[in-house]
Amino acid sequence: MRILNLLKVAYRSLNRNKLRSFLTMLGIIIGVASVIAMLAIGEGSNQNIKASIASLGTNSIIIIPGANFQGGVRQGASSTQTLKLEDAEAIAARCELVNHVSPVDQKRVQAIYGSKNWGTMILGVNEDYLIIRSLTITSGSVFTPADDRVAAKVCLVGVTIVFNLFGDENANPIGQIIRVNSIPFKIVGVLSKMGQNTFGQDQDDIIIAPFTTVQKRMSSSLIYVNSILASGISEDQINDAVDEISSLLREKHKLAPSDDNDFTVRTQSDISNIFGTISKVMTILLASIASISLLVGGIGIMNIMLVSVTERTREIGIRMAIGAKGRDVLIQFMIESIVISFAGGLIGIALGITVSELVAKFGGWPVVVTVSSVLLSFLFSAVIGVFFGWYPARKAARLNPIDALRYE
Amino acid sequence: MANTENIIAVKNLIKTYRTGDIEVHALNDVSLTINKGEFAAIMGASGSGKSTFMNILGCLDNPTSGEYILEGEDVLSRDKNKLAELRNSKLGFIFQSFNILPRTSALENVELPLLYNNKIGAKERREKALNALKSVGLADRVNSMPNQLSGGQQQRVAIARALVNDPIIIMADEPTGNLDSRTSYEIMEIFQKLNDKGITIVMVTHEADIAQFARNNIIFKDGKIIANNPVKERKNAAEELKKIAALSEEKSTI
Ligand SMILES: Nc1ncnc2c1ncn2[C@@H]1O[C@H](COP(=O)(O)OP(=O)(O)OP(=O)(O)O)[C@@H](O)[C@H]1O
Ligand SMILES: [Mg+2]
Repeated sequence: MRILNLLKVAYRSLNRNKLRSFLTMLGIIIGVASVIAMLAIGEGSNQNIKASIASLGTNSIIIIPGANFQGGVRQGASSTQTLKLEDAEAIAARCELVNHVSPVDQKRVQAIYGSKNWGTMILGVNEDYLIIRSLTITSGSVFTPADDRVAAKVCLVGVTIVFNLFGDENANPIGQIIRVNSIPFKIVGVLSKMGQNTFGQDQDDIIIAPFTTVQKRMSSSLIYVNSILASGISEDQINDAVDEISSLLREKHKLAPSDDNDFTVRTQSDISNIFGTISKVMTILLASIASISLLVGGIGIMNIMLVSVTERTREIGIRMAIGAKGRDVLIQFMIESIVISFAGGLIGIALGITVSELVAKFGGWPVVVTVSSVLLSFLFSAVIGVFFGWYPARKAARLNPIDALRYE
Repeated sequence: MANTENIIAVKNLIKTYRTGDIEVHALNDVSLTINKGEFAAIMGASGSGKSTFMNILGCLDNPTSGEYILEGEDVLSRDKNKLAELRNSKLGFIFQSFNILPRTSALENVELPLLYNNKIGAKERREKALNALKSVGLADRVNSMPNQLSGGQQQRVAIARALVNDPIIIMADEPTGNLDSRTSYEIMEIFQKLNDKGITIVMVTHEADIAQFARNNIIFKDGKIIANNPVKERKNAAEELKKIAALSEEKSTI
């Protein structure tokens, strides 16, 4: 029998049972749609993490106090204070593979302007920090090394601060005095808008002031710093730069060869990798949950096809009596289940993409629908159609015409 | 034996059903030849093996032993697929319970056997199906669904379906069993017309008056053929129908 005729036979029989065909399809539709949406969400956050980490500067190096806790937690990283301002100065002076270094002190603060009050974060850094993180300003100017030396009460603010203290993102706050934990700071510049990072943090909700200012006037310690941010002279030599920093700090901290580091040096790619792994695990988890629904959809197909074979035993008998071969019946039932799973797969793809877009639009969650996820889920649904259609189809094909006809 | 007029020759057919310890000899050594152009009615008590015999003739079932030659071809040595081809191209089978597909139009039902025939294209298929429906008087009900058709009309769809592949023989197991006598006569009228055109027909019937439309009557008893006689006063269905029409007219005028 021509395949075209069999397609027609299968189409007619699906058409006769529209509701049942649709309900069967629904299992596949939901399965495929959720696989695609889950993978899109996973991939979206993956790329977003990568992008926002890259925005920290591709060859930046972060030094934090405390031992490396990668591969087993040994110590709360920030609970110890081992990094000093002089460490930062030493790195700047002696590490040849490092071109920019900034100590970093950060503190949660309350900012006040007139009657407006806003809780935010102040960073004490030097002007190298802005270079490493490629931060720019839209108006005003950056503070100078001279400001740092005299602990001048000047600061740069993000647009969120402008909005919350001056009522309008586009207000011009240059020259205005705001109170940060009751210390008056003069705004000298406004940072370019950065938006949210992967973790939903508003990167514009920040005040940046000279390091000495923050250390002297706000920080609890005049010796220790929260962390040090540096950048390597080139991406290729970034690992050498890390080694250089490590050995310098070990020397400065007078660590014996048997001692572990009391600080952790991480590069951008280390952090990228950690979050990349987390995001991959999350994606796999989401996708496997979604696959289960696809599998359930497949079992739904098998269930319906089995019911259908039993219910249509007489029909099979009639078809055989007028000349259908076992193979024809097999192919007919296979086509029916393949059509269901293909159509379900296609609708599921459309639905999955729509859902992803909706999540992106209303949930503010980054999504990326990849071709491979579409192909994968479609292939999966097709395989399910064949796999779960085959058993009932074979059962139908093996029937004896006279037994099928006698079936009540 | 090498008679070209001889469409069907069965010899020493035995069919034994075994349920548990009990053996039922549904067919007990049946031999029969059916010639081209014959119109045979098979009669006999219930359980005498008529349906069993018809199913074997129709290649729907296999005998326990015996010989079956269809147009010079040994049927019993054929595999399942070959049998399906035989049913499709040479045989037309009509059932007591019509056995047409539900929720499928008359035309699509009649097209069905042609869908399983590779040699026929879509256009020819439709043409043949329409012709077959016309020949059973259903030209105006082509797109009707089975549930919109009377029993007699459904049986005609089944007959059209049996005819559509130009079979060499039509086999019918109690084709009028579910119909009233008037409708039965209409079916017989179709059978007689087909037979006059040269189509061989074998049918099973319980009703003696229906058997009168055939050319010869074969009597089964306990799985054996006990008689095979030509019908003496053969009735003509068209005439019988006219008589009935006249009768009912008389009644309604009274
Ligand atoms: N599938 C089966 N399994 C067991 N016994 C069967 C089967 N089919 C038929 N028989 C038996 O074979 C015998 C012949 O049955 P068959 O159906 O051929 O009778 P029949 O002449 O067609 O009867 P009726 O006029 O009632 O249709 C009966 O005794 C019946 O019980
Ligand atoms: Mg019977």
